[in-house]
This record gives sequence, structure tokens and C-alpha cells, in this order.
Amino acid sequence: MKRTFSTLLLAAVLGLGALLPAVAQDKAPATASTTATTPAAAAAPADDAKPAEAAVAKAEAAPEAPAADAAAPPPVPNKGDTAWMIVATVLVILMTIPGLALFYGGLVRAKNMLSILMQTMMIFSVVTVLWVIYGYPLAFGGDGMFYGTLDKLFLKGITPDSVAATFSKGVYIPELIFVAFQCTFAAITPILIVGAFAERIKFSAALLFCVLWFTFSYLPIAHMVWYWAGPDAITDAATLEAVTANAGYLWAKGALDFAGGTVVHINAGVAGLVGAFMIGKRLGYGREAMAPHSLAFTMIGASLLWVGWFGFNVGSNLEANGVAALAFVNTFVATAAATVAWSFAEWMSKGKPSMLGAASGAVAGLVAITPACGFVGPMGAIVIGLLAGVVCLWGVSGLKRLLGADDSLDVFGVHGLGGILGALLTGVFASPSLGGTGVFNYVTNAVSPDYSILDQVWIQAQAVGTTIVWSGVVSVIAYKLVDVVVGLRVSEDEEREGLDISSHGESAYHS
Amino acid sequence: MKLITAIIKPFKLDEVREALSTIGVQGITVTEVKGFGRQKGHTELYRGAEYVVDFLPKVKLEAAVSEDLVERVIEAIEASARTGKIGDGKIFVFDLEQVVRIRTGETGQDAL
Repeated sequence: MKRTFSTLLLAAVLGLGALLPAVAQDKAPATASTTATTPAAAAAPADDAKPAEAAVAKAEAAPEAPAADAAAPPPVPNKGDTAWMIVATVLVILMTIPGLALFYGGLVRAKNMLSILMQTMMIFSVVTVLWVIYGYPLAFGGDGMFYGTLDKLFLKGITPDSVAATFSKGVYIPELIFVAFQCTFAAITPILIVGAFAERIKFSAALLFCVLWFTFSYLPIAHMVWYWAGPDAITDAATLEAVTANAGYLWAKGALDFAGGTVVHINAGVAGLVGAFMIGKRLGYGREAMAPHSLAFTMIGASLLWVGWFGFNVGSNLEANGVAALAFVNTFVATAAATVAWSFAEWMSKGKPSMLGAASGAVAGLVAITPACGFVGPMGAIVIGLLAGVVCLWGVSGLKRLLGADDSLDVFGVHGLGGILGALLTGVFASPSLGGTGVFNYVTNAVSPDYSILDQVWIQAQAVGTTIVWSGVVSVIAYKLVDVVVGLRVSEDEEREGLDISSHGESAYHS
Repeated sequence: MKLITAIIKPFKLDEVREALSTIGVQGITVTEVKGFGRQKGHTELYRGAEYVVDFLPKVKLEAAVSEDLVERVIEAIEASARTGKIGDGKIFVFDLEQVVRIRTGETGQDAL
């Protein structure tokens, strides 16, 4: 019954996918603008206009094309910015294949190595295809509180000449590279989740869950946190209000998330924890040895993640300028600090500093600096890194014991907890008084003079809370649905034999 | 004819092999095994998960020898495999019923 159901479902999705492009292509390409704003000619800067509301948080830009004035020629992207974004996109792809694949793969037992590699490669590929069909439009394709629109379904209307806004007025990048860049984010995020239920998940369940979660949790949270009409749409208090009213729910609140602490890490971390609870522990958990089979691979994976993360964080600036350089330095030092902190904390508490600890510390630092990288100063980044190393070490030991679930690869302990910490600390260290960039006001075209740490941390907390609840609820429903349709877990015999043989008919190693 | 089985520490293998050649043992079979006696294992820590690993890597070697050689073989193995520290291993002597050399078909003492 389950197999018939899932076969029908697959056939329906493929059939739909085959039919719809034909329908979409008939329409003429949309014109460049959906947000018609007049050039900022005589708009009086609103100096005293409610700074708290006027201050617009820099976050991931929406790819809205600029006003298509009949006289003004379409903006031409800068070649340096474009080249950088292409490279950044490739770096993030490297983070997934093979970075995350090897990082996770080395942590499981040899008999399950291929299952991790397969889940990584397949989820990456499936989400990539879905992104360019409906993911991008629903995340960045237009105004809305929780979702965009379907105007750009199948990337309708997007040509090599289409442009996407950055965080600087008048600066654009080709929309297609923005699509690709964001695609890599959408693709890596669900893969993070599978670490929580590694070594026992049914392959079809992993794929189906990721498709559902991508559609109902990743897309709306990406939209809520990152969607806005772009800086050129803001010229005065009135246009600021209009942009805010049409922007994503959390962006409108002023939440700061440079590269995805909420969208990626908390989102995935919570989904992973829920999955670990709902799917249950591995056979023999707590009694049998389940040591990582190759920490050498884990280290290689962690290193590829660190290097690739420069594309993830620095590319989130969408252009190559001083802020990109800041994000680079922060991604560098926070990670180094976290590696040191975790290792030393482990050395002191357990007696020996481990390779797994160092690798985990690095990842924890990367996770925590992700929302902060373009907003904090390097010293703030170091503090964030040091705290992440210690807090996430607790997350994978003390907290893990408290929670009692078998979160096999510590998705919540590292990504969930690290993301929460980073998101909250962003509110603290973005303050100019602590070396941060502050918040940029696109009406006055200057950094907002007052910055309240307390106020911003409260906004961050709301973003964190919203993400946790949204992801949690969607995950519970999705896991339940998947369990009903295909079943979440492999049989006991299959789990004992190892997923490589039972699910994929292959062995990673032949001794 | 006797089959002598010895469990020794892996790094002692070369010394033992040389000592056996010296007293005229023509061939041995070596297997990598895991085990423990009174020697304790070690603890491994992976993030929060602690594993006590009781099994230690050892090497098992087997040699089929004629009865008159047995005493000298035991001495040779003992002397070359000993470190004086716990975990040096054990030697077992089994009675060997039949031996056949596959290439020539020789049996018994001639096959040793």
C-alpha cells in the first residue's frame, strides 16, 4: 500500500514537472520591475523620523529588479561583484559535496558510510531542481509576509540581463547568480537534518521529508528573514514603510541574520531534534560501540566546510567590498577561536583534546558567526567563537544527556544551539559600541546613530523563537506524514546489516 | 606432531619470527586478532559518548612442529615475545593429528 502510494506520488510530481514548463513558457517575459520607485531625487532625508523604525536592518537582499524608468537604462552588474558571487556559489557547493558528506560520513560506522554520501548527493540534487522550479519564487519572488509569489515560477522572466539588488544602492548582480547562490543554501540546509537520524532512516523517507520540510519550513523562513524589495526602493520614510510592509515578517521586525543563523542552522537544528525524538534511538544505542569510523574523513570534511563557508558568509554580502572583507575576517577568527575554545575545554574537562572536538569546535564557531559575520567586529567575532566552542561542547554532552534523544551527529547540539547563540549574540555585538557595524538607515543613507543592544537582542529572540516554533511544527507534521506514506525507519535486520547494503546494495569498503 | 599457537603483542612479531627461524622452524601462519586477558583496555571519547574498548590488537601465530622441537620453540617464543609488562600473551600447545603438504602430497613428519 505504501509503495503504491509513493509510486503514485512520484509519478504525479514528475508529471506535473513535465507539463508546467510548457505552460510557463508561453507568457512573455516580465518587465524588469515590480517595485516601481521614482529615483531618489528630492526626497527629504528623514533624520528625525522614528529612528527605530527607519533603521533598516541589512539582511539578505531580495532580488527585486530596479525601477524600469522609460528613460533609465537597465543597471549593469559590476564584473568584480559578479565574478565573486560565482566563486562564492561554487564554494558553497563544495561545502556540501563533499564537505558535509565527508564530515558526516566519517562520523558514522563504516557500514553506513554510503548512506550518508547518498543522502547528501541526492537531497542536494532534488532540492536544486525544486529550487529553480518553485523554491526561488516562493522565497524571493515577490512581496509577502511568509512566502513570495509564484510570478517567477520556473524562473519565468529571468534572463541573463535580469538583475538582483544588493545592500548598496545602485549596485546589482545578475539575478541568475543570486538564484544559484541561494539555491546552494536551500540545498545544504535539509542535508544538515539527516545527521540527527543517521544510520536508521529509510532512504525514501529522508528524501520525502526533505522535500516537505524544504517547501514548508525552509522557504517561508528564508522569505521571512531575508526578503525585502532592495535598497533602491527606499528613498524616504514613506517608501521605507511600504518596503517594510511588503517585506518578510522577520525582516520587517528588524531581525539581523547575515548568512542564515536562523534560516539554516536553527531551522535545521530543530528539525533534526524533532526527528531524533520521533524516529527513535539506534539499535544498541548506549550499549554497543558506535564510534566514528573515520575521523580523518571528518577532519577533511570540516576543513572543506570551513573553507567553503567563506563563500557562504562572505557571499551573503552579495558584492565584493569592505563589508565582504569584514565577513571574511569574522568567519576566519570566530572559527579559530571556537576551535581553540572547544579543544581547551575538552582538554581540561576530559583530559585529552580530541580531533573530533577540534573539528566540532570549528563547525560550532562557523555556525555561530553565520548570522553575525557582516554585522560584528573581529573582536566581537572572537568572543562569539569562544562562547560557541564552549556552549556547543555542552550542547553535545550535558544538554544531549538532558534531552535524552539519539541525535546521532549532534545536529541540534551544534547547529541548533550554535545558531541560537549566534543569533542572539549578533544583537549584542552588532552594536557600534562593541565594534559592530550598527544598523544602516537607507533613508538617511548612514548608520543609525542609536543602537539599543537590549532592543535588538529582543528582536533577535523573536526571530529565534519564530524559527523554532515554525520548524518544530512543520517537522512534526512532516515526519508523521512521511511515516504514514513510506515509513520512517528501516527494519531491525536492515539496520543491523547496515544501510549501505540494505538500502543501496553497496559496500563502501572491502576489507 | 604438535601445533603451537601463540598470542603476542603485534610489535614483537619480527623478533619472534627471527627467533623461530634460528631454531629451524620452516614456516608460520600469522593472523591479526583482538583480545584481552588481565590487561585492561582504554577509553575513547567521541563528543559526549565514552567508549571503553576492552579488546586490544594482538597477533596470533601458529606453527606445526615435530614433538622434539616443542620445548625449544616455546622457549624461543617466550624469550623473544616477552616485554615484562602486562599483556605479553600466551602460548598454547595442541596435539596435531595429521599434516599434508598440498604440492607433493607428503604426510606426517615429512610434511612438517
